[in-house]
Amino acid sequence: MTIPVFEPWNDPEAKPLIQFQNVTKRFGEFTAIDDLTLGIYEREFFALLGPSGCGKTTMMRMLAGFETPTDGKIYLSGQDIAPVPPNKRLVNMMFQSYALFPHLSIWDNIAFGLKRENKPKHDIEERVQEMLRLTRLEKFARRKPHQISGGQRQRVALARSLAKAPKLLLLDEPLGALDKKLRQDTQFELMDIQEKTGTTFVIVTHDQEEAMTVASRVAVMDNGKLVQVATPDRIYENPNSVYVADFIGDVNIIEGTAKPTGPDQYDITWKEGAEPLNVKSQNSFSDGQTCHLAIRPEKVTISADKPADADNAVQGRVLDIAYLGNISTYHVELPTGAVIKAQTANTRRIARRAFTWEDPVWLSWTATAGVLLAE
Amino acid sequence: MMRRFVLIAIPYLWLLALFLVPFAIVFKIALSDAAIARPPYFPQFDWVEGIGAFLAELDFENFVWLTEDDLYWKAYLSSLRIAFISTFLTLLVGYPMAYGMARAPEEWRPTLMMLVILPFWTSFLIRVYAWMGILSNEGLLNQFLIWTGLIDSPLTILNTNTAVYIGIVYTYFPFMILPIYSALERLDGSLIEAAEDLGCSRLQAFWLVTIPLSRAGIIAGCFLVFIPTLGEFVIPSLLGGSDTLMIGKVLWEEFFSNRDWPVASAVAVVLLLLLIVPIVLFQRNQQKQQEAEQ
Ligand SMILES: Nc1ncnc2c1ncn2[C@@H]1O[C@H](COP(=O)(O)OP(=O)(O)OP(=O)(O)O)[C@@H](O)[C@H]1O
Ligand SMILES: [Mg+2]
Repeated sequence: MTIPVFEPWNDPEAKPLIQFQNVTKRFGEFTAIDDLTLGIYEREFFALLGPSGCGKTTMMRMLAGFETPTDGKIYLSGQDIAPVPPNKRLVNMMFQSYALFPHLSIWDNIAFGLKRENKPKHDIEERVQEMLRLTRLEKFARRKPHQISGGQRQRVALARSLAKAPKLLLLDEPLGALDKKLRQDTQFELMDIQEKTGTTFVIVTHDQEEAMTVASRVAVMDNGKLVQVATPDRIYENPNSVYVADFIGDVNIIEGTAKPTGPDQYDITWKEGAEPLNVKSQNSFSDGQTCHLAIRPEKVTISADKPADADNAVQGRVLDIAYLGNISTYHVELPTGAVIKAQTANTRRIARRAFTWEDPVWLSWTATAGVLLAE
Repeated sequence: MMRRFVLIAIPYLWLLALFLVPFAIVFKIALSDAAIARPPYFPQFDWVEGIGAFLAELDFENFVWLTEDDLYWKAYLSSLRIAFISTFLTLLVGYPMAYGMARAPEEWRPTLMMLVILPFWTSFLIRVYAWMGILSNEGLLNQFLIWTGLIDSPLTILNTNTAVYIGIVYTYFPFMILPIYSALERLDGSLIEAAEDLGCSRLQAFWLVTIPLSRAGIIAGCFLVFIPTLGEFVIPSLLGGSDTLMIGKVLWEEFFSNRDWPVASAVAVVLLLLLIVPIVLFQRNQQKQQEAEQ
């Protein structure tokens, strides 16, 4: 039996649930969303990632109906949603500021949306209880929002948006205030809900690990534009630009000029006459074109002696060590002054680690370890 | 320790000097009998006869009198009714104005606030007289209505209860607007959005979120209007008619026309006791609001 792969974005037949078509949003002179076109499919767990102020919340607010695009159209299930008021959209949003009703108890906050649907009292009670259990807030049901902690408030906001089981859920940094353990648990709960109910999630997060864990696809944004939209592994392994490579995870960027030496094979001349690097790349470059080699620290091997048959090897001196418990990142300074980071798992106890400050070391990596990017 | 004592003592001394002592004097007069003398009541304290004889002369006759003549309780009831109705009317006028102000662009708000407070810059009495000019049979309002052709003969507004309501609403609506405005201005707009997101129409969101969250302001505003209106004297006597019965007016007549100081004092003491209830409720509301904000 094969598990069917969930990749509607690769299926030319599939119709996206949400379609942004050349959407632009301006606040006065300022352009918050710039000519954005994007399809999000049903049952997706779609993560928006980007620096503060890049327009993530604005995108969500347009979906929820609190902002109208200055230009372009947004379709939900093929229908233009511009004329639909927020209370008529099958969309619920968890606000970045939580927006809990201060005059209502936690219980009433969660029940607020359900009561608007004129559901029988018993059903409402059951659903609220379920949400309280899910977010572990049973003990606080009778309290008012100002009587609970920040993380608890965040969970109330999450519970309130989940309660109505909408078709599309917009979560604006839903887990930022939770401790790591609770955050991980809640991430799995969310994925579980998503699997059970088939709800489409759009989630904003500043935590890339979170995006990697939960998302079916990740969109990296910058200044109101989408820089790359792809599955988490592609974003990490095949970033389409230096910006994405740099934004997601740790990376070494080596600038140089390309010289084709064979099919998909390049020599990269870099910094002040050091030996050219040997790189394999799917992206094609012309002779003499400026390029950037993005290589993750964990793909750089550190050793005391020069490795025998490495594609690339450079010598340097340990400048700094960042100890992170399970792994260490070594900052190695090359004779030219450039610094390259290499990461190793700490398989031995710290007292017995192989390298220390000022040690001369060799760094090596394979021809396919990095990605060659134009910009 | 000493500093704390002084800090606490100052407001109490203030209260003692400006409220409790005058109240004790008024209460004492209320227990006296009217007399053709100067001052026009008896007994006066006399060092020779001593405190015992003095106290023996005091009695609750005047309070009994207030229950015997139905003028008084009718006046109290009528004052309560007029105060209730005008508080309600002020709320009806004030809430939309406060709402509009709180929703206005931020740069306009100080100007709007200024406009609300501006009438206080001229004397209250002059403004009430101005209303007489507006509401009288030959007044601006009637002239305008006749000019537009809406009516043929002038409406009688001045010297009726309607004029009293107009006067009270006009005079006191800033007291209604300010607390409501400050509650509405603090209201976080994203709460309304959240309500709409969860399925409320605009109107439902207003009822379920805006009104409850401005409740403390509404209550404060209502008390700030109700309390002074209950004992109001100037507006009913200048704008009201002979059938406008308010306790402030009765008090004034007892005092200055009948020169019956003891009965006038008894009227004042009862009025004060009546006011204690809303004042205590008002204090509670303020306290609750402060607690909620912490
Ligand atoms: N109502 C508004 N008026 C003017 N500018 C606005 C308004 N709302 C948002 N902006 C601007 O639009 C840009 C995008 O805002 P947005 O809230 O979408 O950012 P974000 O990506 O959610 O940031 P963060 O991660 O900090 O929440 C910001 O520069 C912000 O200043
Ligand atoms: Mg945001």
